[in-house]
Amino acid sequence: MAGATRPGSRPVSPHLTIWRWHITMLSSILHRLSGIALYGAAIGFAFWLMAAAAGPETFAKVQTVLNAWYGQAALYLIVAASAYHLANGIRHLVFDTGAGLEPADADTSAWFAVLFAIAAPIGLWALVTFGA
Amino acid sequence: MSAPKNAMRTPLGKVRHHGAGKEGTGHFIATRATSVALALLLPWFIVTAALSLRTGYLGAIDFLTTPVNAVGVILLVAIGFYHMSLGMQEVVLDYIERPLSKALLLLLNAFVPLALGVGAVFAVLIVNFGV
Ligand code: HEM
Repeated sequence: MAGATRPGSRPVSPHLTIWRWHITMLSSILHRLSGIALYGAAIGFAFWLMAAAAGPETFAKVQTVLNAWYGQAALYLIVAASAYHLANGIRHLVFDTGAGLEPADADTSAWFAVLFAIAAPIGLWALVTFGA
Repeated sequence: MSAPKNAMRTPLGKVRHHGAGKEGTGHFIATRATSVALALLLPWFIVTAALSLRTGYLGAIDFLTTPVNAVGVILLVAIGFYHMSLGMQEVVLDYIERPLSKALLLLLNAFVPLALGVGAVFAVLIVNFGV
């Protein structure tokens, strides 16, 4: 590392043993986790579309998986991950404009994203079951 | 920099291998641009699919042969797969240090979303225009 300097006063990354727990820690790692989960969900979605193109027999097999308890649980979690990634993604876009970066504001918006991720799948389930 | 006057390295030698240049800004902008599009497409799809996608093969075909749905799903797949490939590239670069593993995962992350994205778009076309 020719020429690189490493003064002791460099900012320390938010390491778990160094910083006390705070909500923006959770909001950060959840964005990455939900992004990775959606990566998997998108692969599944591509296979679902290809199964629809392949015909009724292939599609029925996929349908069996989706209707099983683990398929339903996966869909529920995918909606939660989508809701979180959406809310926190918008939060990121707001941050990019320079707004909302005060610790108090960032905490509030982080809580909002987490609560939205909990409420959205319940709300959607209620809408599908009781509404419309 | 604090290098002594008689250091053997040229100025270029000092700055090389300190990381990639030039491409970061494009990556950043592409992530943000795809995010804005997905912020509309993803909730649209989830709510529409949950409310109007009926179970079974015919329900899925009905859904996908509605032109608005077909166009929306193709956009969601194309932009979503691009976005997730950009995002995963960042994750791989953050965590994977071994050069071979890193290269393999980056290659996989470039190919898999592209192949599945093309397959998924083609599937929507087959459903709409038959074989
Ligand atoms: C099709 C669904 C989506 C998938 C598969 C997906 C996937 C991903 C992945 C894998 C990452 C990388 C995670 C990381 O670097 O920590 C990521 C990052 C990101 N996503 Fe998404 N995403 C989707 C939808 C969205 C939506 C709807 C938004 C916006 C509102 C969004 C905004 C972002 C932003 C801003 C980042 C960068 C975060 C950062 O700079 O750390 N994404 N996404």
